[in-house]
Order: sequence, then C-alpha cells, then structure tokens
Amino acid sequence: MAVPILKQGPVLIASIQTALTDTDVLQLREDVMGQVTRHRSRGIIVDVTALDVMDSFVSRSLRGIAHMTRLRGAETVIVGIQPEVAFAMVQLGMQFEDVQTALDLEEGLALLQSQLKEPLAGGG
Amino acid sequence: MEAESRIAIESDADVVTARQRARELAGELELSSTDRTLLATAISEVARNITTYATRGEVTLRIVRDGDGRSGIEVLAVDNGPGIEDIERALQDGFTTGGGLGLGLPGARRLVDEFEIESAPRQGTKVRLVMWSRAADRGVRV
Repeated sequence: MAVPILKQGPVLIASIQTALTDTDVLQLREDVMGQVTRHRSRGIIVDVTALDVMDSFVSRSLRGIAHMTRLRGAETVIVGIQPEVAFAMVQLGMQFEDVQTALDLEEGLALLQSQLKEPLAGGG
Repeated sequence: MEAESRIAIESDADVVTARQRARELAGELELSSTDRTLLATAISEVARNITTYATRGEVTLRIVRDGDGRSGIEVLAVDNGPGIEDIERALQDGFTTGGGLGLGLPGARRLVDEFEIESAPRQGTKVRLVMWSRAADRGVRV
C-alpha cells in the first residue's frame, strides 16, 4: 500500500508519505472506501503534508474521496496542505469549498471529534 | 550550467519524474519556493495531458536567459498525439474531452509566466512554458 492507513477509534488516518502517481491516488481512494466499510469509520483524515504538488488530478481525487465517504456516512478532513500548494491550487482554479480542511493532523482530529461527539454519544 | 533534461512521458510515474526534475533544475536558479511549486504543478498538468490524450510524448526542461540576464526554466511538452481541434476552447476553464475538470491547460497557463501552445488535429501538441526567476526582475511582469 503506497499510503498507510491507521485506525484510531472511529477515525481513519491516511498519511501520504511521498509524491503520488495517479495510480497511487486511485489506490488510496479504493483503500479508504474499503476500510471505511470494514471498520465502520465515522471520520477520515488524509494528511497531505508531504505533498509538494497537488495538481488537478490529485485535488479532484481527494475531493472525490471526501464526497464518497460522506455518502457512506463518514466525514473526511484533508490536513496539511502546504502554503505554496494552496497558492497553486487557487491559481489552478480548483474548487475545494465543499471539502473540509484543517491546518494539521491535530486540528483535523479536533474538528472530527467535535463533529462526531453528538452522534457517538447519542448513538444506540 | 546550461543544463537540459529530457524525460520520456509514457506513464503516470513519468509525470512525477518530470516535475521532480524541474524542482532539481529550479534549485540551480533563484526561483522562490512558491514559483517552484507553481512550475511543478503546471508541468504536472501538461505532462498528464500527454499520458491522457497522446499516450506518450516528451518533456524537455532547460535553463534559459533573456537579454537582461534574467534566468528561468523553459518547459517543452511535446507529443504526436491526436492534437487539439479547438485550442481556444481547450484554454477555457471547464472544457474537457478527457473526463477531467478541464483545468489542465487554462490552469497551467495561470501558473507560469509564459505559455504557448501549438496544435492541430492529427499533428500532435507542443506546449511551451517558462517560469522566470524574480531575482533579477526589472519590475516588469506580464
């Protein structure tokens, strides 16, 4: 697996370690969807701190992951978009408004925790 | 120092190689970290167009200088693929025949200092990008 995915309670954490080829990105999408089902995860964090480029393909794929997992009842947060990468994404014209983002892993977990709190506590 | 680097583009791994090679080359110039990222992203877009539409092609990177002693990186992305029917439309946001977002060419154009494209149906496609170093900038930027 090019991108390791860790399970932490109801949350999956996918930490991208190195530049991804398009094939790796599609694999990541498949792996995340598979693990959400297997672990009945409620949240996913994709850490892109290591990515020095997020072109239209990678951006579109990550957005796809966020949309697909939402349809499975899990929220995705993309964390660690580097400042230069953010600049390039805006110049490129990427629409990312409907995707949750956070500064880093810590902030991402806090965001998910605040969102999962109620359903988890009230769940029966 | 007039380095030139030629990368055959045949797979998605070559797309990654091309932009990493550009970063290495940019290390020889005083390109800012942001400009290096913008250039790498633009290369990713034009190189992916090669794998998507033409199957194979080539990206050539080289350091160029202008009359003012300013240096930059020139990228030539060339293929012998099907070419582009309507370049005007291909440069519009959201137009795609390849199932993507249609941001590749118009997006790449916004990322770099210079952008030229030559293409015709069945004649292949040639895209030229240049990112100039701001270090010796005379304050004029188009």
